[in-house]
Formats: sequence, structure tokens, C-alpha cells
Amino acid sequence: MIAVVDVCSGNLRSVERALAKVGGDVQVTRDPDVVRRASKIVVPGQGAFGVFMRGLVERGLGEALREAITSGRPYLGICLGLQVLFDDSEEGGACAGLGVIRGRVVRLRPTDPRLKVPHMGWNRVQPRAGAGRGAGRGDRLLAGIPDPAYVYFVHSFHAVPEDRSLVALEAEHGTAITAAIRHDNLFACQFHPEKSQAIGLQILRNFVEAA
Amino acid sequence: MTLARRIIPCLDVKDGRVVKGINFLALRDAGDPVEQAAAYDAQGADEICYLDISASPEGRSTLVDIVARTAAQVFSPLTVGGGVRSIEDAERLLDAGADKIAMNTAAIRNPALITECAERFGSQAIVVAVDAKRRPQLGGFEVYSHGGRTPENLDALAWCRRIADLGAGEILLTSMDRDGTGTGYDTELVTAVATTVSIPVIASGGVGELAHLAGGLEAGADAVLAASIFHFGQHTIGEAKAFLLERGLPIRPGR
Repeated sequence: MIAVVDVCSGNLRSVERALAKVGGDVQVTRDPDVVRRASKIVVPGQGAFGVFMRGLVERGLGEALREAITSGRPYLGICLGLQVLFDDSEEGGACAGLGVIRGRVVRLRPTDPRLKVPHMGWNRVQPRAGAGRGAGRGDRLLAGIPDPAYVYFVHSFHAVPEDRSLVALEAEHGTAITAAIRHDNLFACQFHPEKSQAIGLQILRNFVEAA
Repeated sequence: MTLARRIIPCLDVKDGRVVKGINFLALRDAGDPVEQAAAYDAQGADEICYLDISASPEGRSTLVDIVARTAAQVFSPLTVGGGVRSIEDAERLLDAGADKIAMNTAAIRNPALITECAERFGSQAIVVAVDAKRRPQLGGFEVYSHGGRTPENLDALAWCRRIADLGAGEILLTSMDRDGTGTGYDTELVTAVATTVSIPVIASGGVGELAHLAGGLEAGADAVLAASIFHFGQHTIGEAKAFLLERGLPIRPGR
């Protein structure tokens, strides 16, 4: 069973529907015990970092997620589900995250005034050359994904890991943007696979089918 | 690598059916919105837009069901507008599977609603639709409400600036002068707004041929919205994208 963690996120139902579409045995839950029992965990996120993080903590989900991640079970984070893995975010002052990955979430600040924030729409992602830890071209979660591939983004902040080798996919919006990170059992993407048509569904299918 | 400009086919929906307004008022009925949306998705549309123009609450309530049915089979971004008057209206549509909601008259009547919705759902989910018309004597552009029927004595550029300041994530900019004419976007309007605000601008109103899409993008729009050239089978999304790529515009290839 794949637990889809419900923190009242705007994209929750889209993620649920997309996972079901590719054959996932999905249970939407806000119960930490269901997260503890799940074989895989998906954390969709959309909205404000602080509100989302508070939602996780209030439901006792922060601990359950840390446990699940430490236990080595596959974790898929989407958008805020990526960002909350980090130490903290600049969004809304400064906000602590789960601290599973060392690094910060920072605001996008393109120097070219023609580049808009939020970074919203379809952008190309490319595997980062030399990315380690199972990331990059050989990653089974990226099987069948063209290089480069267009995926759908909607965000104003992005995560910057201290260990740059964790960056599996990059996009460009004035500067290099962390599009996906990979760390052992963790795969998390800044873009929205549930809104990225065939390519997004392929990534979700890979996650569902991966052992 | 760069962010692609978006091609957004728009479906005007009334009482659960697709229509296309000619200058906003004369309507032709044609088809099931969910089927249409799925077809556009298959052609590689970058986003799909429903604008509900039902007059009655009953008509509008069918929209939530259409959005839910669409979201079950279309895995690309969906924007829904028309009759969004409150945070609750917005929430119903977003819960049903819309990614963004577009508001127009309600935002003019109560600009604080933009901020309330942006704080609740995130700026990325909040589009403000602006219907603008040239002012014959004074110059510039005036904002109209109620589907283009009511002049608001509100300068379009000032309103767009305010919309952005209030926290909207995007502006859907329709030229009342061009809508339904097939003579192309009002590129002066597009450039004026796109250079005034730092949030994305969707150009709308007036597309009659593929070159008009290029005109909108070259005028500074981040996305171009069109209805009839796609809706009546004149062109597919794929053809539009091939044409724009040929023009050297940053476009995600279609299928």
C-alpha cells in the first residue's frame, strides 16, 4: 500500500488520481500509523512551506515520515514534499523543515527581469552530470524519460542541498534550479509529475512498479 | 534550457456544454467539455482552461462535476473560471481537481478576495481575469466586468498592477475589442500589461490564425489562450506548436 500523506495540499487529489491511474494501491491518509504501515510513501505538497510543515507536525506526521525515511522505504516527495526534507526554508521568514537532507530552501531570484516568479509552466529537465547516489541517467525512476524532458513546474522557492551530488535533475530559470533530488530511498521532485502528462505518469509508474 | 511559453485552449462552458462566444454574447453550442479537454490534452496542450458562463447557480454547479471528471483523465494543468465569488467557490473547484481558479468581477468588487485566496491556496492557484477595452477619447484601456458588459471606470494597467500586488499568480488578459473578431490579439495591450507586472500574463481575445499566437508571444505574453481556432478544428495544438517553434519561440513540442 502506498500512503499518500494528506496535509490539505492543493494537489492531493491530483496525485491520488494519477497514482491510481498508473496502477498504484493508494491510501490517502493523515494517520501516522498508516504511514508507518505503508510500503511506500508519497508526500504531495503545494502552498506555503510554514503552513504545510505545521500541518505535518500537528498531525504527528513529521516523526512518522522521519521513521519511514530512515527505515529505507521508498519516499516520493512532490514540490513541498521535496522542500520539507531540508533543514529550513526562507519562505515566510525562516521555517524549520524535517532536516532529513542538509541544505536550505531559498527563493528564486532570477537576475533577468523578464524571468518571472513563480516559475510556472513547462521547463526542460536534464539529469545532472556526475550525480551520485543512484541519481542521474541510470536511475530506474527515470526509466523511459526522454533527456531532456519537459515537465510542469509551479513554485517560487527551490531547495539547495549542501551535497550537490544529490541533485538528480536540473532545470534552468535564470539560474540552475533543483528539479529533483535523489538520496538512497528518497526521490523528490520540485515539478509536478501529476500534471506533466505522459512523462509525469511514467515517473509515477516507475515509482509504483519499483520494488 | 528555458521556460516554455504556453498554449492554452479555452473552452467556454454553459450549463455543462461547450460554447464559443462571439464578442462575448452570441453563443454556439458544441460538445462535451470533458471530451474536448481530453482531446486537447492528447494533442499536447500546455494547460486547459474552462470558463463557465452559466447564468444560473444550477448551471454553475454542473461545472464542479465537469472539473472532477476532467481531472480523472487529464493529467495537465487545469484553470477554471466564471462565477467564482468567494473562497468557498474557489475551494470547491480546486478540491474537484482544478489547479488554478480565475476570478474577475468578484475581484473587482472585493479586491481583498485575491489576497485571501492567495494566502489560502497559494498565489500559483489564483488567476485574475481582466477584460479590457480601449478608451476612445482618453486613450489607454478600461476594465469591464460581468462578462464584458459593465464598464468599471478602472484603468486596466493600474488594476493589473494592483492585482499583482494583492498576490495573484497570473493575469488572464482579454481584449474586449478583439475577442471574437479573429483579427489577432491587441498586442499593444499585451505589451503594456506584460511590462507593467512581474507575474505571468496570458493573452486572450482575437486569435483567427496561427500567426496571431506568435504575435501575442512576441508582444510579451507568457502564454496565449485561444478558443475557436482549436475548437472548430481549424488547427490542432500540435500544428500551432510546430508553427511557433518554426518562428523560433520557446515552445514545448506538441504531439
